[in-house]
Amino acid sequence: MISKPNFTGIGAPIQRKEDKRFITGQGQYTDDIARPGQVYAAFVRSPVAHARIKEIDASAALELEGVLAVLTGAQLKEDGIAGLICGWTVQSKDGSDMIAGEHPALAVDKVRYVGDHVAVVIGTTNHIARQGAELVGVDYEELDPVVDLESVRGANPVHEEAANNVCFEWELGEKEPTDDAFGKADHVTKLDITNNRLIPNAMEPRAAIGEYNQAEDHYTLYTTSQNPHVARLVISAFVGLAPEHKLRVIAPDVGGGFGSKIFIYAEEVVCLWAAKKVGKPVKWTGERSEAFLADAHGRDHISSAELALDKDGKFLGLRVKTIANLGAYLSTFASAVPTYLYGTLLSGQYQIPAIYVEVDGVYTNTAPVDAYRGAGRPEATYLLERIVEKAARELSIDPADLRKRNFIDQFPYQTPVIMNYDVGDYHASLEEGLERIGYSDFETRKAQSEAAGKKRGIGFSTYIEACGIAPSAAVGSLGAGVGLWESAEVRVNPTGNVEVLTGCHSHGQGHETTFAQLVSHRFGIPIESVEIVHGDTDKVQFGMGTYGSRSGAVGMSAITVACDKVITKGKKIAAHLMEVPADSVDFEDGLFLGKDSNKSLAFGEIALAAYTAHGFPTDEIEPGLKESCFYDPSNFTFPAGCHICEVEIDPETGELDIAAFVAVDDFGTVINPMIVEGQVHGGLVQGIGQAILEGCTYDKESGQLVTGSFMDYTMPRADDVPSFDVGMTVTECPSNPVGMKGCGEAGAIGATPAVINAIINALGVDSIEMPATPERIWRAANGL
Amino acid sequence: MISVKTTVNGEERSADVEDRTLLVSYLREHLRLTGTHIGCDTSQCGACVVHVNGKAVKSCTMLAAQAEGCNITTVEGLADGDTLHPVQAAFREYHGLQCGFCTPGMIMSAVDLIRRIPDLDEPTIRQELEGNLCRCTGYQNIVKAIKSAAEQMAS
Amino acid sequence: MYEFNYKKAGSLDEAKALLAGADDGKLLSGGQTLLPTMKQRLAMPSDLIDIGSLAELKGIAVSGDVLSIGAGEKHADVASSSEIRSALPALADLAGMIGDPHVRHMGTLGGSISNNDPAADYPAACVGLDATIHTTDRSLSAEEFFVGMFETALSETEIVVGVDFKVPQKAAYMKFPNPASRYAIVGVMVAQYASGPRVAVTGAGPSVFRQMEMEQALASDFSPGSIEAIRQSPESLNSDLHASADYRAHLVGVMAKRAVEKAS
Repeated sequence: MISKPNFTGIGAPIQRKEDKRFITGQGQYTDDIARPGQVYAAFVRSPVAHARIKEIDASAALELEGVLAVLTGAQLKEDGIAGLICGWTVQSKDGSDMIAGEHPALAVDKVRYVGDHVAVVIGTTNHIARQGAELVGVDYEELDPVVDLESVRGANPVHEEAANNVCFEWELGEKEPTDDAFGKADHVTKLDITNNRLIPNAMEPRAAIGEYNQAEDHYTLYTTSQNPHVARLVISAFVGLAPEHKLRVIAPDVGGGFGSKIFIYAEEVVCLWAAKKVGKPVKWTGERSEAFLADAHGRDHISSAELALDKDGKFLGLRVKTIANLGAYLSTFASAVPTYLYGTLLSGQYQIPAIYVEVDGVYTNTAPVDAYRGAGRPEATYLLERIVEKAARELSIDPADLRKRNFIDQFPYQTPVIMNYDVGDYHASLEEGLERIGYSDFETRKAQSEAAGKKRGIGFSTYIEACGIAPSAAVGSLGAGVGLWESAEVRVNPTGNVEVLTGCHSHGQGHETTFAQLVSHRFGIPIESVEIVHGDTDKVQFGMGTYGSRSGAVGMSAITVACDKVITKGKKIAAHLMEVPADSVDFEDGLFLGKDSNKSLAFGEIALAAYTAHGFPTDEIEPGLKESCFYDPSNFTFPAGCHICEVEIDPETGELDIAAFVAVDDFGTVINPMIVEGQVHGGLVQGIGQAILEGCTYDKESGQLVTGSFMDYTMPRADDVPSFDVGMTVTECPSNPVGMKGCGEAGAIGATPAVINAIINALGVDSIEMPATPERIWRAANGL
Repeated sequence: MISVKTTVNGEERSADVEDRTLLVSYLREHLRLTGTHIGCDTSQCGACVVHVNGKAVKSCTMLAAQAEGCNITTVEGLADGDTLHPVQAAFREYHGLQCGFCTPGMIMSAVDLIRRIPDLDEPTIRQELEGNLCRCTGYQNIVKAIKSAAEQMAS
Repeated sequence: MYEFNYKKAGSLDEAKALLAGADDGKLLSGGQTLLPTMKQRLAMPSDLIDIGSLAELKGIAVSGDVLSIGAGEKHADVASSSEIRSALPALADLAGMIGDPHVRHMGTLGGSISNNDPAADYPAACVGLDATIHTTDRSLSAEEFFVGMFETALSETEIVVGVDFKVPQKAAYMKFPNPASRYAIVGVMVAQYASGPRVAVTGAGPSVFRQMEMEQALASDFSPGSIEAIRQSPESLNSDLHASADYRAHLVGVMAKRAVEKAS
């Protein structure tokens, strides 16, 4: 089919349907919405990392003309509004549940990080609300903050419930067999490693508008969310603000998320609650500074790892001990990230017979930490790919060769850490990567660099990740509070065009195009005849949203099944119209064909017939043509690939140039290669950003955020990165009907260790901290 | 309060605003032209770039009052009816946008860049995008789109 | 931003009068530093006096060995001026490295030097190119003008009108930018005059300074090799998240050497 002109179906790199509104300034982001009579919220945020609130004095703020209300946590509590929740219960080694400290939307008696929500001021203009917020007097009794991950135990408790600041002490794998493997090892490679903390910084700051209709006792929330239905569920069932049928959540155009807009935030709850209090729509638009302070951050681990090898370089075992920073409160999925999205990926692409990992999740007086592009998998990949490369160096084995010796090449493959890999071809992606980077000529390029006074290095990362989360039964057994299926509803209109309602949410991924490509392909109708509807709980019945690269593997699978149901019903209708037996109709390329006759009916004709329903045997065929599906996959999916980075370093200044970067990924079936490549590019830059540019820093004494704006937090710019050479190998995923694995996070997962391994290779050192800034590189290059 | 009169996308506009009103707020809130975005508060991200008297500026770092009497073009005014500006068309063709939030500023910056330096190579484009942040695309397709648009506009 | 009164000055005299009459007036030229500061609520002037469009502050002219630039000239115009490109290309290069293209379309020479950000580029140009700074009240040398971190010799009501740069035999500016803000971590302007060389350093210390040891070495031999062995002391240099004083000191040497190389 791909050879057809104007082909828009699966595999076609067509232009995006949604682009026109974005390139002409017609997008509708939350802050673009103005509700009649809206007023503005400004939050009073804690200027200190840890303190008891002795008194909140709102009198001066209330005197400011235009201030309508100053609302506090005490009032929230009085109104019976409960705190925010973490939706994933992780258990400690001893079988006890994690200790989830309370998480009020507005602080009640204590603040726990700089930026914590103390009160909200509602004003008739944004300026007035902000000025009002400055006039709220808060008397703090300061407490020593806990910032340093290595000294949380014994420090002041962030939550009284968790005396040692330990939320959970989790383990995965088997300790004894792993210890035995180390007993038999010929070589043990050890690595202490830090995975630096990142601030997501989607370009659109978070925003929310809460609205309350008194006559209907009904709430509406416009918000920057990756999953509006989950937001509604949490705000209804746990926060208790309104029952689900009395709360509509709309996530319109959303300007990027990268995980940070999965979570249910205080501001959303407060805007809804305040809207009822003041009787007007309440709008809050976060400033970038607020995003730095109070969006959930990502990563932030310190780990010690050991890899046991035999004399031939075969891996025997892996032991890992990690401390994961959860921040001051447990964000919506915080506990799952450093556990089930991390430990389960520590086998990588390798046969490692025994793995044992321990993770202590700890509280600190810093912003909550939760999923950020990759979520747990980048941390696992970074650790594993660094230690594998270190082992290669110690054993003087070519790092590509060491990987090949240990690759999994039989599928399905059961790892010692839960995952059962269904399919893959790791040799194929590595070989293609080596070819594309020109590995055999690397020494020549290195010599050329050296002649110019530069140092050149090459680094590898052969990563795996788990996407498409996932089988509801599996995640449920691991502690998830929700099922992770996805829903789809395919509505065929009488005139033959189609509306598809999905529970996924597009905030840059291009679902309006790729989902339409799938449907157009399936039905044999023009892509212009397909419209994708998402992001509104009044339109779409339910859905789990978009994160974890799940929308293709799970969301499009749901659409596929729903489309198949439409075709099945269409066949029945066609058989009735053709007066042939129901099982003698085929559907191909938009035509229902009588197998043993020359009769055919177009998709549009069947659609019309379904709604006219004239002469239908209504006991056998209902009128109408609309089908739905709640799709629950049978397994995770396992995108994998090979990233190779080549760097050139100026040892005199420490400046680094990424001379070449190759990414060869296996995402299974690709719907739109143009969009998939775009996802890879973006992910790579976030991965490279972590390696050389981005790092969130808190002052260890005061808990103040040092990197609180783009002036100090280095966002990747166009001239920081090169153009990438992106290739793909394909093994179709057997676990879903589309054969897709997911492509949204791979770049951010694979790139980071490739870059750091390249720097280490160039400098001939053992380690370098991330971000590898010019000064750090200069110091490493000069032994300082 | 002051009254600020401008010509925006070819139309004469006027609004009474507080003295402290930024040009971006004048456009978004008073004229309801919401295509111009606000992505930061330190004048770095470039989501708010518009043209004032033909030159790209950050509308978050200019007072509405400073634009009195000026000719302003925003992303809404770039296309000619249904015909996209070549830069807009190239952004779509080369997938130079994902979430679309930085896009208006990127496009307005690119139009200005091509005006200043018609003959653009990749390193120059990357360097000239110093004032525009994108978190989605990794820049590669933005660079391709700008290069293609520049070539097309030169021919 | 806090509230303030916006006033557009029709002349320098009017601007001075408005400044004198305001409780806490501030001049608005390009606004590229002032407005971000005010947006962060870090400054709350009572009045902003807009001098951005005053013709008295415009003009670029070369006369003999003096390049005169009006305080209101924007960075983009300095960077692209053919007169400056031919008379003093190092200065055009420097102006083209300030901020980003959008900032350069608004920001002005006078605004930049009056603010005297320790990481700004223009102070290195003024000191390195032996500039005379003309204000509404007087003329003073660059070294007299830049007093300390964010501090100049300007009085409350004094306005920079223009800067005369002395055209050197050769000059070059090298900048090592802060990866996040793109301000100078270290910027070095090196210039050779018949009277001797000048080396001005910005970004490294609390305010721009001359590297006298390098000037002396370059006086006898204007070549990169002559300053290779000179070590800038890290003492009293800035230190932050992006660069320690040691690293800055090291970069002063590297950037100076590269500037000499480029100028030669």
